[in-house]
Amino acid sequence: MHIPAANAEKNMINRTDDNKQTTLTELPVGQVARVTSVTGFGPVTRRLMEMGVVPGVSVMVIKAAPFGDPIEIRLRGYSLAMRKNEADTIEVQF
Amino acid sequence: MNSENQLTIALAGNPNAGKTTLFNSLTGLKQKVANYPGVTVERKEGGWQLNGSRAKLIDLPGLYSLDATSMDEQIARDVLTGEQPDVSRPDAIIAVVDATNLERNLYLVTQLFEFKIPVVVALTMIDAFEKQKHEIDIDRLAKLLGVPVVAVNAKTSRGKDELVERVREAVASKNTIPFELNEDTNGGEHATIFARYNFISNAVQESVTHNDHREHRISDKIDRVLTHKFFGLLILVVILLFVFQAIFSWASLPMDLLEGGFGVLGDFARTHLPEGILADLLVDGIIAGVGGVLVFLPQIMLLFLFISILEDTGYLARAAFLLDKLMSRVGLHGKAFLPLMSSFACAIPGIMATRTIESRRDRFATILIAPFMSCSARLPVYTLMIATFFAGQTIFGFISLGAVLMLAMYSLGIIVAVAVAFVLKRTLLKAPPPPFIMELPPYRLPNIRTVVQNMLTRAWLFVKRAGTVILTISIILWALMYFPRSAETLTGAEPKTAVNQSIDGTATEGDSAVELPLPESEQLKNSFAGKLGHAIEPIISPLGFDWKIGVALIASFAAREVLVSTLSIIYNVGRDETEESPSLISAIRDAKREDGRPAWTPLTALSLMVFFVLAMQCMSTVAIVRRETNSWSWTLFMVGYMTVLAYVASLITFQGGRMLGFE
Repeated sequence: MHIPAANAEKNMINRTDDNKQTTLTELPVGQVARVTSVTGFGPVTRRLMEMGVVPGVSVMVIKAAPFGDPIEIRLRGYSLAMRKNEADTIEVQF
Repeated sequence: MNSENQLTIALAGNPNAGKTTLFNSLTGLKQKVANYPGVTVERKEGGWQLNGSRAKLIDLPGLYSLDATSMDEQIARDVLTGEQPDVSRPDAIIAVVDATNLERNLYLVTQLFEFKIPVVVALTMIDAFEKQKHEIDIDRLAKLLGVPVVAVNAKTSRGKDELVERVREAVASKNTIPFELNEDTNGGEHATIFARYNFISNAVQESVTHNDHREHRISDKIDRVLTHKFFGLLILVVILLFVFQAIFSWASLPMDLLEGGFGVLGDFARTHLPEGILADLLVDGIIAGVGGVLVFLPQIMLLFLFISILEDTGYLARAAFLLDKLMSRVGLHGKAFLPLMSSFACAIPGIMATRTIESRRDRFATILIAPFMSCSARLPVYTLMIATFFAGQTIFGFISLGAVLMLAMYSLGIIVAVAVAFVLKRTLLKAPPPPFIMELPPYRLPNIRTVVQNMLTRAWLFVKRAGTVILTISIILWALMYFPRSAETLTGAEPKTAVNQSIDGTATEGDSAVELPLPESEQLKNSFAGKLGHAIEPIISPLGFDWKIGVALIASFAAREVLVSTLSIIYNVGRDETEESPSLISAIRDAKREDGRPAWTPLTALSLMVFFVLAMQCMSTVAIVRRETNSWSWTLFMVGYMTVLAYVASLITFQGGRMLGFE
């Protein structure tokens, strides 16, 4: 399932060619990015969105746990931890 | 308003939003904690003085959303719709919102609007918010949300009166907001979520001026150390070591006092009651049985004190974050580590601590393996066996064999637990690895009142259980060893049975070894328990156990450490024997079977230790598992598979050892 970004974000995506599209897993630590879509389905995806991970929100990866997984991200002024499995479904652009 | 003319007000909010602190400050000590019927979701209620009229304040579980994907959410939803039996539909909702985490906290509020119940927003953490030099226009926010907003501080009582006023107004006006969202048709099934967040973003943008997030910078600095790839784990180990060391050492004095107290109580009852069955029942059955479990109360209180502090400061979430990768390899959630670690002290608080795990399957898997962690009650058994058969022996001349065996027993428990979890998560409790989407709340100083109240609540739950389930089982066990009465014991001296025992092996040196009259063991032999011992002898003899060990085994299904006192009775070496007393040790060494062979060999001892690592011999744990899983079939399944595992492992140990030429 693909969730399209809100219109404002769509315009922003098309505005320049400098924007890099990637997933949250691949996002370098400390880099601020904007969520473009959340692929995936079911209760896990729903929970991610209820926690505020919706298209248009800006996120930043803070760090990874000792064994590389899970990761900690910052959004809407708070910290959220998730596994890479979940982070893989979050597409971002910066 | 409900029929009793008493208002019902629901308190709803995200976890970590300061809901419990506000609840405590509004209700004081007038709280009632129970479970919602049939589930383990905690039901907290308290009285709230609303300017003359009394209101019932219901503390809903901490929620991120009301979509009914978890048991907590389902219950909260049922309470708000009035479908939850015994709870009248709330007249108003106080939505607890963390000012420092406004957007995500408001998400739940937008859902609360849908229940057509007046909502009042209580804005918490407002001092932390202002310290960060953020500014919020509360009136503007209230206008945009369409509901009253009150800034509160539980510590300084700021906003308490205003909250009362606004709630009264809200109830009187029955004013619910006509809340409508502009749903983006492109959003698909998640359109509502997008629309809610759009609404929230606008409201926050218009009412809040954010400074740079200073609080996060402080939390980030702490986190740089506490969740560091190497030091983070090291610190975690040190913290856990400290906690368990404290549980053992700080609890030992109050435990000794409790144990002494029950001893005095027993003696008092013994001397003041006419000799006979009633006195025996009271002293050997009830006081000894219930007392033997209640002595664990200090350990349980300490453990929950530490858990509350770790949870309140925000560290517990970090610990789960650090360990999730390791735990998920076995198929468990990062949050399972703490219940499992606690179980090394005692499985009861450990199993009670699994409540933090949201998914039912992961929670059950954790409960089912928790009793494999070698708890403090196994220690007397290990110590007795090692002191009797392996004392003073070394490996390579300098490593004590006893220490190696002790370590081996602890390791065996862990290895089996991991293996069982691995199998369970792929069979009976099959589920994809649990999702790990967890908030890492900013570090905060713990609220002492919340911490203490949480500890007292747990303690009370434990005491209540000791008064019911454990009391019943104690009486049954006592009766099994007391009946039928044989002729000698009726004329003999005070009959005493085995339920009483020392917890940590520091029982008073009382009755000297040989003074106890013979009838004690005669009585045991002829009792139902003794007959049971004979009956199971064919089953347990492949493990190297004779009927006397069988009796001790049966008794130890009440509690593991009962083995020591039961063996003392069987070998007539006095009742208050401890695992280190030389007379019991020599009695075990000298014990003979009917055919004259020694009843015990080092191999028997090893086999017995292995059995104790794996068997479910603790009625308190059985009772708590029944309560926490709310299912007899899971409880019996656990008792069953653990006993089978213990039998098989013990059989392999004994028969394998014999094949290798050990005796």
